[in-house]
Amino acid sequence: MDLRYSEAEETFRAGLRAWLTDTIPTLGAAPSPHDWPARRAYDTAWQRMLYDAGYAGIDWPAEVGGRGASPVEQLVYLEELERAHAPYVGVNFVGLLHAGPTIVVEGTPEQRERFLPGILKGDAVWCQGFSEPDAGSDLAALRTRAVRDGDDYVVSGSKIWTSHAEVADYCELLVRTSDEGPKQRGITWLAMPMDAPGIDIRPLRTIAGSNEFAELFLDGVRVPVANRVGEENDGWRVTMVTLSFERGTAFVGELLQSMELVGELRALARRTGAWEDAAVRAQVGRLGAELDALWGLARRNVSQAARTDVPGVGGSVFKLAFSELRQRLAQLGQDLLGAAGLSWGELEADDGSGPLGNARLLDVWINSFSRTIAAGTSQIQRNIIAERILGLPKG
Amino acid sequence: MDFELSDDEAALAEAMRRMCQSRFPLERVRAGEGRRVVDADQWRALAEAGVFSLRLAEDDGGAGLGTAHAAVVFEELGRALVPGPLVATHVAARIVKGAGTGEQLVGLVHRPPMGRVLPVVVADLASLGAVLVVDEQGVHQLPPEALEAEPIDHGLDPLTPLWRLATIPEGAVVADAGTARELWRDHLVLSAALLVGMASAVAELATEYAKQRRQFDRPIGSFQAVKHLCADMLVRAETARASVHAAAVTIDQPDVGDALRAGAGAALLASDAAVANAKACIQVHGGMGFTWEVPAHLYLMRAALVSRGLGRAQRLAEVVAERL
Ligand SMILES: Cc1cc2nc3c(=O)[nH]c(=O)nc-3n(C[C@H](O)[C@H](O)[C@H](O)COP(=O)(O)OP(=O)(O)OC[C@H]3O[C@@H](n4cnc5c(N)ncnc54)[C@H](O)[C@@H]3O)c2cc1C
Repeated sequence: MDLRYSEAEETFRAGLRAWLTDTIPTLGAAPSPHDWPARRAYDTAWQRMLYDAGYAGIDWPAEVGGRGASPVEQLVYLEELERAHAPYVGVNFVGLLHAGPTIVVEGTPEQRERFLPGILKGDAVWCQGFSEPDAGSDLAALRTRAVRDGDDYVVSGSKIWTSHAEVADYCELLVRTSDEGPKQRGITWLAMPMDAPGIDIRPLRTIAGSNEFAELFLDGVRVPVANRVGEENDGWRVTMVTLSFERGTAFVGELLQSMELVGELRALARRTGAWEDAAVRAQVGRLGAELDALWGLARRNVSQAARTDVPGVGGSVFKLAFSELRQRLAQLGQDLLGAAGLSWGELEADDGSGPLGNARLLDVWINSFSRTIAAGTSQIQRNIIAERILGLPKG
Repeated sequence: MDFELSDDEAALAEAMRRMCQSRFPLERVRAGEGRRVVDADQWRALAEAGVFSLRLAEDDGGAGLGTAHAAVVFEELGRALVPGPLVATHVAARIVKGAGTGEQLVGLVHRPPMGRVLPVVVADLASLGAVLVVDEQGVHQLPPEALEAEPIDHGLDPLTPLWRLATIPEGAVVADAGTARELWRDHLVLSAALLVGMASAVAELATEYAKQRRQFDRPIGSFQAVKHLCADMLVRAETARASVHAAAVTIDQPDVGDALRAGAGAALLASDAAVANAKACIQVHGGMGFTWEVPAHLYLMRAALVSRGLGRAQRLAEVVAERL
């Protein structure tokens, strides 16, 4: 076991750090979380800067325009971006972390040529149309139907919880193309242009009051067969391949950000006097110890990916542990705010020492509830761990 | 950066596991119940395997290995529920002559604050050749006879005899305060390694039972309520293992982090994991779990004993909080 970075890794870090030091101050202020067009502009402009500096698609292979970085370099990359408070991947998430990698592995040369540069340069924003009103955890039960008509598929049905659908150019869409055999065998993966006629986007209001996701109604939407990635009815496997592309780094940025947050909570507790309370100190220490442990687990998962090229099963363990930890951390923040934790509006401290930061902590708090739901609920993660890692029988 | 076990570490862990399976099968370990001394043959076997000397320099009769190696070794000892003052003797080897070779068994006590009301307890006293007391001044070495001690009749862990200390005399100072802090830190990390081994052992025991035991015409492991107990056991054990390994590596490679923060965190999480997993293991076994026969309770009692020796959880958490 070795936690020191190699000279090559440190060289990579130094180059990136220097670039970030020069670049971050040139960024404008982050837009309001409620202004989607502004968010798109901000996130894609950042992506373009990464692209120009050679840092786009850090983990994508070089032959498709990525950096081809090793898993450890990818970890260093995430560490440095967090350290520099660089913008989050934002609306580029689905393209860079999901749809893009799917096309890298399963797409034809023409599809790679057509779709990947736009993702890397920040020209094309993707959203994910997997979940449906009646197919969430049981994703394979999806019913949005695609019927072949000449060179097109004609798609009808509805999708739900589609994040940043309003500002997306493409949707990675799972559709039903067959009812025969097991339900996983009748699913097809399509790249649906979001400007195609027949798509109705209705924003949904989240508990955070934002329009983070939307419902999509699809009525006879024509998607060219050329936009199908993989074979017809093979979409389930195509999707699973992408999941295995993941090296256990998906939540690392947020983990590192949580470590900073725990420091902020300590500072807040000192300001309010709560730090006098041994129980508060112990709570902060325990959360800190758990974050340290998960940072160890992340490095372990990455090391495993680096050695075997196959990500370990550790991803589910990490996702489950981190999302629940994040909720407890966020709850401590809300607790420490006392009565200030009852207001979304920014409040000043009584002693004239300035703003309490309550709005941001509440934002962390309310959003923490989505962590144990999105990308596979905690219950589903436990099922996966029990069945795939421990080998317990399906029930 | 490669946070997987090196080939070397993996081979050492494997060798230890085999050694424990042949020398310390559970039936044999359980046969020690009620005995008040550590089995000398067994102890010699541990010493020959390098358990106490592996971090000593080769010139001092050791193997010159790091704390990471020691951590994987102690994990296996915990898994096998090997009794005796393992960690104390190991960390004392750099100070007490004969500890590394297995000729001396050593106890380790943290001097409690003045005005305490709770008893100080020491394990395996009748077998000890020396006791080290750590405090703010440094490390004090005492011959066991210098301690006024009274045997405790019904210790919680049936495999570990306990004594209650009436007083802790000053004793000769054999190492400075810095060394005292290092001993205590290493003691935290390697005890945590024992606890991680225990947390994994009971997780596996419960999972195996869940696959075999049938109710309602199917394995109980197909019921989600049982599945999730098992999944949570794995998560606790793996998270604690990552923190113990990170703490051990941080001792060996001080520039990568704060070893005391990592050690206190590892001790905290490993204690929790071992205790919680042993309890869950009892639950998964149903009525069988409440029997003396199923070893879940032995793990619970040992976990309680080892984690008590690390100080209060509250204090460990505060150490981390101060150093974040
Ligand atoms: C913020 C956010 C963003 C999202 N973004 C997207 C997106 O961009 N694209 C997209 O396609 N989807 C997205 N999702 C959807 C997300 O993947 C689903 O919400 C999730 O998979 C759960 O499905 P569901 O909401 O239908 O809940 P359900 O599956 O109905 O689950 C309800 C409850 O039942 C439990 N449950 C269900 N099945 C089982 C079982 N077998 N065992 C035990 N318990 C079970 C669940 O754990 C949960 O507690 C997003 C969700 C959120 C919260």
